[in-house]
Amino acid sequence: MTPTSTPDRVTRLLALVPYLTARPEGVRVTEAARDFGVGERQLRSDLELLWMCGLPGYGPGDLIDLSFEGDRVRVTFTAGMGRPLRLTTDEAVALVVALRTLLELPGLAEREAVSRALAKVSAAAGHAADRVTPVAVSVDAREEALAVVKEGLERKRALHLHYYVPTRDERTQRTVDPMRLLLVDGKWYLEAWCRRAEGVRLFRLDRVDDVVVLEEPAAPPPQAHERDLDNGVYQPEPDSPAVRLRLSRSARWVADYYPVDSVAPLEDGGLGVTVRTADLAWARRLVASLGGEARVEEPAVLAAEIAADARAALSRYGVDPQQASSSDR
Amino acid sequence: MAAKRAERLVNLVIALLSTRQYVTAARIRSTVPGYEADDGSERADEAFKRMFERDKAELREMGVPLETGRTSAFDTEDGYRIARADYELPEIRLTGEEAAAVGLALRLWESAQLAGAAHSALVKLKAAGVEVDSSRAIPLQPRLDAGEPAFEPCYAAARDRRALEFDYQRPDEDVPTRRHVQPWGVVAWHGRWYLVGLDLDRGAERVFRLSRVVGSPKASGPSGAFEPPSDVDLADVVAGQVGGEEHLIVVRARPGTAVGLRRFATPLGGSDDGDDRLELRTTEPWRLADQIAAYGADVVVEAPAAVRDAVISRLTRLAAMGETA
Repeated sequence: MTPTSTPDRVTRLLALVPYLTARPEGVRVTEAARDFGVGERQLRSDLELLWMCGLPGYGPGDLIDLSFEGDRVRVTFTAGMGRPLRLTTDEAVALVVALRTLLELPGLAEREAVSRALAKVSAAAGHAADRVTPVAVSVDAREEALAVVKEGLERKRALHLHYYVPTRDERTQRTVDPMRLLLVDGKWYLEAWCRRAEGVRLFRLDRVDDVVVLEEPAAPPPQAHERDLDNGVYQPEPDSPAVRLRLSRSARWVADYYPVDSVAPLEDGGLGVTVRTADLAWARRLVASLGGEARVEEPAVLAAEIAADARAALSRYGVDPQQASSSDR
Repeated sequence: MAAKRAERLVNLVIALLSTRQYVTAARIRSTVPGYEADDGSERADEAFKRMFERDKAELREMGVPLETGRTSAFDTEDGYRIARADYELPEIRLTGEEAAAVGLALRLWESAQLAGAAHSALVKLKAAGVEVDSSRAIPLQPRLDAGEPAFEPCYAAARDRRALEFDYQRPDEDVPTRRHVQPWGVVAWHGRWYLVGLDLDRGAERVFRLSRVVGSPKASGPSGAFEPPSDVDLADVVAGQVGGEEHLIVVRARPGTAVGLRRFATPLGGSDDGDDRLELRTTEPWRLADQIAAYGADVVVEAPAAVRDAVISRLTRLAAMGETA
């Protein structure tokens, strides 16, 4: 556990007595430590400190009194600290915004319960929640898929998916063992063991066209580990072939969005990047969708394919690519 | 040292809560343990003053409503007290379901901007007797983008209603420009953070993407300097500016191709040459043009002309790639 600063500790100390007051039958020290998000040693030293605090006079009848029975602790004298400190503005904002976000996401929690909780929390927050909240969160709400996936996770059942794969522009069907639901950068993902690919895969819920809960139990094999997503959803593929791209100024976001190997600023304000991928179809689609804002330097065959595709498309519009290339941008 | 200070602060809160009278600094010094004792020296007085000022600031920072005033007209100096009604969290009772909703909701902030505030809010609710069992939750991990350094100063300025200035780099401009804003709030809209506020230079409501803020924004002037329009819906403002109006686009696609477009398309039947005619709706026509261009010869735009031209110019640039690469 990380050491805590004085304000954090005082906030915790002020909450500890009311916390124990609300549980007159006593609480296990380990449980209290978990509730406060600190280690057991830290919590014990907090309790020892509280023993030294109390009403002016600081005699035996004035000090906070705790009683330990086995591994449980109770408060027997509160020195007037029966209720926790009211919520700060930041705390009220964190609560209200989180509940409002949950309210936008039907299927995750009982809607009525969320809105009742929101009303009660707002009332308890008092004027800290009165003003226009300085934060709002708006996320993608794919309700149907979300509710079904959640049911699969709760009941620990396998799922059958119709899933759209954009890199190959095809609809696939697969049976998966769900592991967890993630909301990353505003988009929902199901992390699951894919029986067809025999690996852990992330499925973006807005690409799920249909999903049903199967009766067979979810059974991710022991080698199925949750992936660390701190660096984003796209994982680098270090040993894959290199695709070198020149990104124009308006396509620089590509370097933030996908894992790129080397990034070099270019004279025209663009970026030179190397992307490592075994999936050339993906690279081809990415570059084509950037409409000329990214140029392929390597491999040459990829550039040639993209150009050939574009010429074939132009001929359907009745445009001669030779002529067109000298005209407008 | 730190433990002594924590002990002193807790004792100070208890002492000021236990009285209806205003208590002078001198009295606090002589009763609450841990303060520099009065030995008549100026050095000790100075040390006490510094300690007490720091303690008051810290309690206020934590949200303790420390009042200043005099109990009677005969008092010669200000004293301090904490009104119990302002200090205490009002009664709150949540059912199991409601408490579970709170536990689930707060996971939104896990490792994100307000993680600390979310945690201490949860601790206070538990201290108020609410049982929030977070272990019962389904394996669900909502996550906001935590890597946005401009969030903290923008949020704090919007919360405190202070004027804010920062350098802003639009992608279509070469150098950042200095902006002066009355910040109304920060919005996470579909995975990206935005600041909404009144742009003082332009005299109009504006939306700024936090990732385009260069350096650290600076707040200036007093708190409570302005009031956002009371009917403003921050997410709507962002949706309005980023989303824009809906466009209708008609394309022809070869049978069996363009699976991705068809997922959102309304089929309009076949065309003379055997293609399928599809109607698409979008608030971002240029992004759709990017997507259509990537389908190459499989998809051709019929209307409107602006989107058709946009696709042709994309294809023209792509076709040129073979020549120079």
